[in-house]
Amino acid sequence: MDTAMLIEKSALVLLLFLISLGVAAYQTYFERKLAAWIQDRVGPDRAGPFGILQPIADGTKMFLKEDFIPAKADKWLFIIGPGISMFTALITSSVIPWGTNVNLFGRDISLQVADFNIGILFVFGVVSIGVYGIMIGGWASNNKYSLYGAIRASSQMISYELAMGISAITIVMLTGSLSLNDIVQSQHGMNWNVFYQPLAFFIFFITSLAELNRAPFDLPECESELIGGYHTEYSSMKLGLYLFSEYTSMFVSSAIMAVLFFGGYNFPGMDAFSGNTLAILSIAAFALKIFLFIFVIMWIRWTIPRFRFDQLMHLGWKVLIPVAIVNMLITGLVVAWNQGWM
Amino acid sequence: MSLQMISVILGSLTIASGLMVVLSKHPIRSVIYLVITFFFISAMYILMNAQFLAIVNMIVYAGAIMVLFLFVLMLLNLNKEMEPESTRMSVITAVIAGGTLFLVMITALRDTFQYGKGYVQVAVQDAGLVEKLGKLLFSKYLVPFEISSILFIAAMVGAVLLAKREKQIID
Repeated sequence: MDTAMLIEKSALVLLLFLISLGVAAYQTYFERKLAAWIQDRVGPDRAGPFGILQPIADGTKMFLKEDFIPAKADKWLFIIGPGISMFTALITSSVIPWGTNVNLFGRDISLQVADFNIGILFVFGVVSIGVYGIMIGGWASNNKYSLYGAIRASSQMISYELAMGISAITIVMLTGSLSLNDIVQSQHGMNWNVFYQPLAFFIFFITSLAELNRAPFDLPECESELIGGYHTEYSSMKLGLYLFSEYTSMFVSSAIMAVLFFGGYNFPGMDAFSGNTLAILSIAAFALKIFLFIFVIMWIRWTIPRFRFDQLMHLGWKVLIPVAIVNMLITGLVVAWNQGWM
Repeated sequence: MSLQMISVILGSLTIASGLMVVLSKHPIRSVIYLVITFFFISAMYILMNAQFLAIVNMIVYAGAIMVLFLFVLMLLNLNKEMEPESTRMSVITAVIAGGTLFLVMITALRDTFQYGKGYVQVAVQDAGLVEKLGKLLFSKYLVPFEISSILFIAAMVGAVLLAKREKQIID
């Protein structure tokens, strides 16, 4: 690895970090405006024109609050919890191909930090350790509501991870590769996977909502039963990190859904462009897809009421997993038939 | 930094976190140290260019099995007062059992120090990549692979059966 590559990768990592945080901050503003619109209210409008500075005001408020650690809490784990949540939310952005190559200073720069040949498995690895942040934080608070929240979060995430994995396997079967870059490139020219695998996309979308702990699956922080769920005892920026990590992972998982099912940075008529124009347009197309997913996720939150816990388990184990397995078997048969193995 | 240097540092970190699993008094902390140990082992796999194994180790052990461990421990809510007193007899048996296992491991690892240069040499550089592994699993090792999957199904059916039987007793 030469020095120029090291510099360009470091710059890309820093840029992605800042963009993720910026997008997460403005998602909170967007969510409040959207909620206001759906509920026929005005929403935040005090800080700056149209309340556009609201996220900055919120962030400042979070930092200025008293940072309180309960006396009987496990101090170290209490501090580590929100950190793990934020870490796992941010790290997935390193394997996503954000656009076609950019030509800068005579160098072809790939807009993907790490092109693993197992990118999709890396995403699942990070998703599967993402639950630790909530579990450790909820347990370390030494509060029964926090513990309930943590236990609900972990059982929910383990149950839905299975269906999520099985529905994503169909994409790997169709593409014949585990690399996210290959998956995006195979969808070139409107061959988007969602047209071939609508059922898999539907399951993946529902399970993503569950993994994000978003409504209608937000039982871990269900305020009518559990006060605040796993972050009941948290205050100041530690609480801020938990809330922030939810929005960051919403951004990243919207990107993953766009990559797996909606062609990533591909857009119709992209062959007419080349070079940096193509790169900028592909990034814009990808951003638009991500924005639409974020919008739909928020729209669902303000429309559909929360599940009951037994309904959640029923849906996960008795509906989504069997349907995903049948879908996987049919895809396997079709792929084998097309390859001439049968 | 050379590759040997990295592997030495990683190895000592793995052993240190492994020791902390045993030495830490609190069961939840033990589990968290075990998760950290699995991460170091995954890093070892990446050092051997076996990315697929590394990530599967992370998904299966750190991501699924240890989450269940933590889940059960949190439900049990173990603490220091509930820790069973260890008798002299149990200490002696534990030392004998652990010592025997240690002896077996030393015997098994003795050959590497004799023949190699102190390190395990990886014969094929891309053995752990997913294409190579998949082709091997579905050609040379097909029968063991299928048999182990039958073993998993047997375990699953057994678990379901045990859960069902308990319910009938309650009725």
